[in-house]
Amino acid sequence: MTAHDLVFVIVGLVTAVSAILVVTSRHLMHAALYLALTLTGIGGVFLVLGAGFIALVQVVVYVGAVAVLFLFGLMLTRAPIGREALDSQNRGLGLAVAGALFVLLAALIIPAFGGESTAEVTGPTIEAIGIAIFADWVLPFEVLSMLLLAALIGAILLARREAGESGTEAEVTRIEMGEALADEPDRHEAVGTSAPAGELGAGGGR
Amino acid sequence: MSFYQQYGIVAIVAVFGALLYAVIMLVNRIMRPTIPSPLKLSVYECGVESEGVGWSQMNIRYYVFAFLFVIFDVEAVFIFPWAVIVGDLDATTRISPVFALVAMFLFIGTLLEGLAYAWKKGVLTWE
Amino acid sequence: MSPLGPLLLAALLFSIGVYGVIARRNAVLVLMSVELMLNAVNINLVAFQNLLFPAELAVSGQMFALFIIGVAAAEVGVGLAIVFNLFRNRATVNVDDVDLMRW
Repeated sequence: MTAHDLVFVIVGLVTAVSAILVVTSRHLMHAALYLALTLTGIGGVFLVLGAGFIALVQVVVYVGAVAVLFLFGLMLTRAPIGREALDSQNRGLGLAVAGALFVLLAALIIPAFGGESTAEVTGPTIEAIGIAIFADWVLPFEVLSMLLLAALIGAILLARREAGESGTEAEVTRIEMGEALADEPDRHEAVGTSAPAGELGAGGGR
Repeated sequence: MSFYQQYGIVAIVAVFGALLYAVIMLVNRIMRPTIPSPLKLSVYECGVESEGVGWSQMNIRYYVFAFLFVIFDVEAVFIFPWAVIVGDLDATTRISPVFALVAMFLFIGTLLEGLAYAWKKGVLTWE
Repeated sequence: MSPLGPLLLAALLFSIGVYGVIARRNAVLVLMSVELMLNAVNINLVAFQNLLFPAELAVSGQMFALFIIGVAAAEVGVGLAIVFNLFRNRATVNVDDVDLMRW
């Protein structure tokens, strides 16, 4: 085991532990913050693997933008917290499937790559990546811009609601209160600013 | 420059920063008086007791702004390698400078179309 | 450096993501688990590129990782917008409650 492997083991352990905390945490916010830590750890893994540019992209896009998007997602939806509310009854099944999958993958990987070892870790430079994008990958590059455009338009259409469009908040007839709310029947009187779930999209049309 | 020369300094700075924080907090803990009281744990607020939960409904418009940021973040990521190479391109390289320029402006133009759509739809303005 | 470490880490992260998708009820947490799985794939791609084929001219592994990051960002955006619509119409983000297509 070289020193490089040792550095990798340290970074990988942090990543793996925080990834486990993402799927076992009882608080939504904690799960999102552990996800940010996991994504940073994966950026560290890229750095150890000699892919500095991908590590930068990981930090800029995932930690800087996607993790924030998830925090927005948690703040825009109201969900009860606690183990029973966050986890379904399938925990045992999930553990069995995930465990079996990991054992299967490990049993395939270890014989296949156990003997291989690279003396020095080198990755392509950012110049090589830039040339490759425009020489070999220019079509996927342009298609990606169309995909992002489609995603943007789709997200705008899904997230906001036009004024006078059918299916306004009057449609919401049943608002199921989660466990966290059950003991606070007079929440709406007490907290004037917190609107019921049905008014989530109302701001878009007014 | 090897991997350890490149990132060793970063690691040293990170470790030193963490140590500095730990030492300062330790000194703080040793020197301060400790008189626990349940009153100190109550929420500090003038006048009325706070009621309800800490959660309140956010406006969904913030989300559209956040997603616009994500889209242009991805765009910026692709501009980095382009900016590195575009100055060095000439007839001897695998791609011509005009081709790289057109490809990148096609990319930016497609995404600007999305921004124009958002603008036209009125999601960028607050009434 | 041996490719065994990155590949095993990627397998572990992918399995954790599978567990999260099966065991979690909150739709936002399910999306987070999907992100974990996508990132596990990225580790694999970068490890194969840099440890086994470092001199390849087309930089395929890192390009795949780059495009997957871009596509994943778009996927999260639309996925969360769908979750918000679900929350607006049903006042829940519990995936167990959304069983209209179940048979």
